[in-house]
Amino acid sequence: MADAPVTLPNYRYVSRKRRTKEDRRFVSGRGNYVADIDVPGMKHVAVLPSPHPRANIVSIDTSAALALPGVHYVLTGDELAEGTNSLFHGLDLPNVKWYPLAVGMARYAGEWVAAVVADSRYIAEDAAELVEVVYDSLPAAVDSEKMLDEDQPLVHPDHGTNVLFRKTWTWGPVADDFAAAPHKVSYRARWGRSSTVPIETFGVVARWDEVHEIIDVWASIQMPQYQDQIASAMRIPMNAVRVHNDVDVGGSYGVKRGIKHTILVSYLAKKLGFPVRFIEDRLDNMSGGDAHGPDRIFDITMAFDDRGVVKSMKIRALDDVGAYPGRAPLQLGKPMTALCGPYRMNSIEYEAISVTSNKTGQVPVRGFGQSPTNFAVETGIERVAKHLGLDRVEVRARNLVRKDEFPWKIPPGSRYDSGDFHAVLEKALKASDWDDLIRRRDALRADGRYAGVGIATCLEPGGGNNIFEYLFNPKLKITTFVESVLIKVDPTGVITAVMSTTTSGQGHETLVSTIAGEELERDPDTIRVTHGDSLEALPTRSPVASRMAIVLGTAVSMAAREIKGKMIVIAAYDLGVDKDRIEYADGEFAVRGDPSKKLTWEEVAQIAHKQFHRMPPGHELGLQAYSVQQVPGGGQMPDENNEVPLYPCFSFQAHVPLVEIDPGTGKVRVHDYFIAHDCGTAINPDIVRGMIIGGVAHGIGAALYEKFEYDGDGQLLAGTFVDYLLPSAHEIPPVTDVEHCTPSPMTSLGQKGSGEGGYLGAPAAIASAVNDALAPLGIEINELPIRARDIEAAIHAGKSGT
Amino acid sequence: MKNVEITLNVNGRDRTATVPPRMTLVDCLRDMMRLTGTHVGCEHGICGACSVMLDGEPVRSCLMFAVQAAGHRITTVEGLLNDDGTLGDLQDSFWECHAMQCGYCTPGMLVASHALLEENPDPSEDDIREAISGNLCRCTGYQQIVEAVQMTGKRRREGASHG
Repeated sequence: MADAPVTLPNYRYVSRKRRTKEDRRFVSGRGNYVADIDVPGMKHVAVLPSPHPRANIVSIDTSAALALPGVHYVLTGDELAEGTNSLFHGLDLPNVKWYPLAVGMARYAGEWVAAVVADSRYIAEDAAELVEVVYDSLPAAVDSEKMLDEDQPLVHPDHGTNVLFRKTWTWGPVADDFAAAPHKVSYRARWGRSSTVPIETFGVVARWDEVHEIIDVWASIQMPQYQDQIASAMRIPMNAVRVHNDVDVGGSYGVKRGIKHTILVSYLAKKLGFPVRFIEDRLDNMSGGDAHGPDRIFDITMAFDDRGVVKSMKIRALDDVGAYPGRAPLQLGKPMTALCGPYRMNSIEYEAISVTSNKTGQVPVRGFGQSPTNFAVETGIERVAKHLGLDRVEVRARNLVRKDEFPWKIPPGSRYDSGDFHAVLEKALKASDWDDLIRRRDALRADGRYAGVGIATCLEPGGGNNIFEYLFNPKLKITTFVESVLIKVDPTGVITAVMSTTTSGQGHETLVSTIAGEELERDPDTIRVTHGDSLEALPTRSPVASRMAIVLGTAVSMAAREIKGKMIVIAAYDLGVDKDRIEYADGEFAVRGDPSKKLTWEEVAQIAHKQFHRMPPGHELGLQAYSVQQVPGGGQMPDENNEVPLYPCFSFQAHVPLVEIDPGTGKVRVHDYFIAHDCGTAINPDIVRGMIIGGVAHGIGAALYEKFEYDGDGQLLAGTFVDYLLPSAHEIPPVTDVEHCTPSPMTSLGQKGSGEGGYLGAPAAIASAVNDALAPLGIEINELPIRARDIEAAIHAGKSGT
Repeated sequence: MKNVEITLNVNGRDRTATVPPRMTLVDCLRDMMRLTGTHVGCEHGICGACSVMLDGEPVRSCLMFAVQAAGHRITTVEGLLNDDGTLGDLQDSFWECHAMQCGYCTPGMLVASHALLEENPDPSEDDIREAISGNLCRCTGYQQIVEAVQMTGKRRREGASHG
């Protein structure tokens, strides 16, 4: 297969190797993380966790804690429930109340029961140990499957059931397609409770400004509607909330939601009259913070023809969101965006079930539920190939949407914008030298090792209009996710761009300056990018859903083009010609056909700011433009068939790893990892590459190591890095990333999302490789993570014939 | 227990602080000396974000009390800058290779890599992976970090042979 015949513009800055704007401060040790922020007079919080998964709180005695020198206050849930509103859930759950501290009942081991404010974190921790809580311990609800049909202890008794959401959608002629299909396979795939676990825990500082009646918040946050939710819970207007977006966030990948922490310290700061800071320690984070991800059981049946072409799929996803759902149940909605992956299915039935349990609450994780679903669907494609005795690469190729079929509409309504899936798959096979890889696998096998080659082809939806929220909660009629930028050119001609949200490693300053520089033909290194606070900045929905290149990037293009248009009008007036005769290039506005008549960029900026006598009558003074962009293609509610075009842009990847398994211990070693990737126009290739490889590393962790394990009573067994294993440089192999570019027609420069792709495909690819390795033993494991002990146990069971 | 006055040699300069005996070295560096480049990640010695050099060896500053470091020589990420405040060559390579995303693990990675290059100016990829294997990064998948260390080693060797 030949590469797509795409002619790319010859960019100056975009897609070129360029140093990022952010890294300089990070390598100097001069990042501005929340724990580095020293607000004068601030006091420190420590929290007391419940040791019980489920218990009534009989009494709390704070007197001994309060008596400790240096302690200022001890807050409990009852007071907080009086003084603040319940936190936001994605579902409409009026009887599921949620406060930063347990009220009346502790619903998971690790739930915060009291918060101490003291002169130092050390003293606060001492005092937390002196808070005496009398509990009435109760049996816990732990097993998600039992929530559906057995009497289980109720996590939220007022809600009456542990099922929070259950609904089935049918898109297209599922019954007909199933009746007509000669083959069906049914299988179960399970995604363990893992997450992205940033190295920085969550932290927040709040200061109540009594004079202006403003709560100032500095937080390591990555969340849509943060200031909305602070205002709502604190019962203050939104313009009384100032979120400082210039805080560097030490990793998030979705999880840094922090609303309960924020309300906790905001309430304390307002009540006590001094700034209050809460920086989680690792145990706070992993047992009681915003740490846990999806925990899903998939039951799937695929219907397909003799050639392995899948016509239809019935998919049931049961997700355990833990004790407080927040936005977590909506992570069953995002996968609708690309429910059939890159494959040409004709119809789909999808049942989504969200249950609550006595576990730490689930939060959004990289891909917002898409990675587990991709793993589950890819598992099915492997099953189809196996059922028919066909090559699994060939089966994928037969099912992939073809490049002449875009835009391609899938049954739930998304329109895949562009791509050349076959070319990218071919690039992955070529990069990996597939046949040679198979030979290497076979050589390892001949040597007595278990070895396997994996394959996964996956989509990454980017942009995030989240209209699926309406399908989960009719009160959420949100049809877009806006993002905005303000670009200013000062009288000397230098450029400042004000973006509106925080950054947690995505390199937004580089994104904004590169695109602005490209559009305006100015050196991006001379463009300053600031993170405006929430009172100054324009609307944002935060950097989720691989959306910043798409939505913010397009906003930057639009604002920059408006600036250029204004400068052309000014130059034309000053030079006495029609604006159509002005050509702009390399910082000069020249008259076409008479290049001696020209103005420099700086001269036009001078005119706009200071020389009113040279300005066209009625033209706005100064030189600035803003753009508020909605998600491309957003703005529609679902139709009567529940179909809706969800995300606008679809990146694509093909993953190929080679793994070896130690026959004695079951330990998996990933030898090599190849990925071919198409995210349209890459704004900064180094950033894209880092995201891809880092995402693969996350995916390897989810596939082989990481799990928030619980025992049968509801106790968390993995609350530290000793028992929740994060892969190191030993476990992550060298990754070969081959890029392909099919520009998106939906964005200003053809860019798509790239923040999630590696993570969306790697778990499926690793599972494919491990199962290829175990296939000669007749073993198949479709439950992640596939830990060494799981493999060892399966091998042992297989050998002993059990 | 009473607070203790200690003197540490930090990045070539003697610094004195009065600390509780139970204060960790990382808290002393960050909160008492306002050297906030050194980060706290796990506080149980696994993640390596708090790595500093103690008398030329990389250590976890979350696992040491500040009083234990009294009289010792500490190098933090701030100490990897050149004397004129410009980026050291290792820091510059990290920037050039985009060997980070969020930057949170970066100071620890720089310290671990610095320690390796001090000991082994020509490390193999395996040597580098071994040297940084006690430092966790959740953004990069480590590859661009490995490349940055390789680049620094190569440039130092070329500089030495040309100089």
